[in-house]
Amino acid sequence: MYAQLVETGAKRLKTLEEMSPEEREFQEKVDAETKIEPKNWMPEGYRKTLVRQISQHAHSEVVGMLPEGNWVTRAPTLKRKLQLMAKIQDEAGHGLYLYSAMETLGADRDEEIEKLHQGKAKYSSIFNYPTLNWADMGAVGWLVDGAAIVNQVVLQRTSYGPYSRAMVRICKEESFHQRQGYQILLDMMREGTDEQKAMVQDAINRLWWPALMMFGPHDDESPNSQQSMAWKIKRKSNDELRQMFIDQTIPQLEFLGCTAPDPDLKWNEETGHYDFGEINWQEFYDVLKGNGPCNRERINTRKKAIDEGAWVREAAVAYAEKQKQRAKAA
Amino acid sequence: MSEWRLYEVFVRSKHGLNHKHVGSVHASDAEMAMENARDLYTRRNEGVSIWVVPSDTITASASDEKEVLFDPSEDKVYRHASFYKLPDEVGHM
Repeated sequence: MYAQLVETGAKRLKTLEEMSPEEREFQEKVDAETKIEPKNWMPEGYRKTLVRQISQHAHSEVVGMLPEGNWVTRAPTLKRKLQLMAKIQDEAGHGLYLYSAMETLGADRDEEIEKLHQGKAKYSSIFNYPTLNWADMGAVGWLVDGAAIVNQVVLQRTSYGPYSRAMVRICKEESFHQRQGYQILLDMMREGTDEQKAMVQDAINRLWWPALMMFGPHDDESPNSQQSMAWKIKRKSNDELRQMFIDQTIPQLEFLGCTAPDPDLKWNEETGHYDFGEINWQEFYDVLKGNGPCNRERINTRKKAIDEGAWVREAAVAYAEKQKQRAKAA
Repeated sequence: MSEWRLYEVFVRSKHGLNHKHVGSVHASDAEMAMENARDLYTRRNEGVSIWVVPSDTITASASDEKEVLFDPSEDKVYRHASFYKLPDEVGHM
């Protein structure tokens, strides 16, 4: 999941009877699957939580460009380079769709980006891992975008209209990402040297657990998850989504002829699902707190891009101003 | 970027269809808004024509005006063709 821990401010769930008339009308609309639109009344908690969730999601798309950007100049062929650039451009687009959706809630994009740069806003833990070999581009597309799709497909039905519409657009484009990733790995496994095949397994070994962590911690009875579910800004639990992802991914992994770095992974005939081992949650919380292998580097790169691009933005404004004056004079 | 104006983007997906609202972009002027809209909303042949309109020039009805604006048309069923029943012998009209 691109938004892993979202604070809702709720201590416990209110019953319909305890709600104000406005709040009750709102909740009944959500229950009836009527989309909430920007001009509709909404509880302050709903608005704030959505700003947090959507900005976290947008930041993830934007920071997600960095591990891939690392390979643009190193891609093995021109075809691979073009595909990678198209994918990175999509991620930028996804970030922008999401920032736009967030702005309809009255949030300011610059302020939210500033929060990211100050370390006050989160983005997905997955992007704090380095991309060390070319197979990582395949594994990122296949596993990371694959995990994102599982999460985003259910978010197409989220209660907030602009967020839901952004998800529909994003999902359409993500399947290209996952396929291009899988194809990179497939080509390496089919036509690669032993060394290249070893790279694929190495990439999977490193990215497997971080990909599973994307869905966030185990579901608990916390008021946050209950509230997000009641507001329908979360539609399925973290564990449900993680299981869906594993069940659909293992056959693809086997087709590649690779293995997952999990000795407890096995098919469970009774449940009809794969059983799998426990995630290292200490690592998850460490990365989320800013102590992953690449957290500092990612934020510094983002800041540098903003700072060093300042003159371009200033020039654009000056140019627009000049054109306006000229048009007036003419 | 906050000082940049917000533009709403409308795309005509193919000839013969209406322009449809697809989202918004920030830009320093209309020309940049057009370029940004092209990059953001038509990367995969989604359109044959784009409009960009400064968001602050759009006048929109508020949702609490819904009744005032739209209720009056609800009791005018005679505005629909289905209101007029014709004998079967007349055939398709």
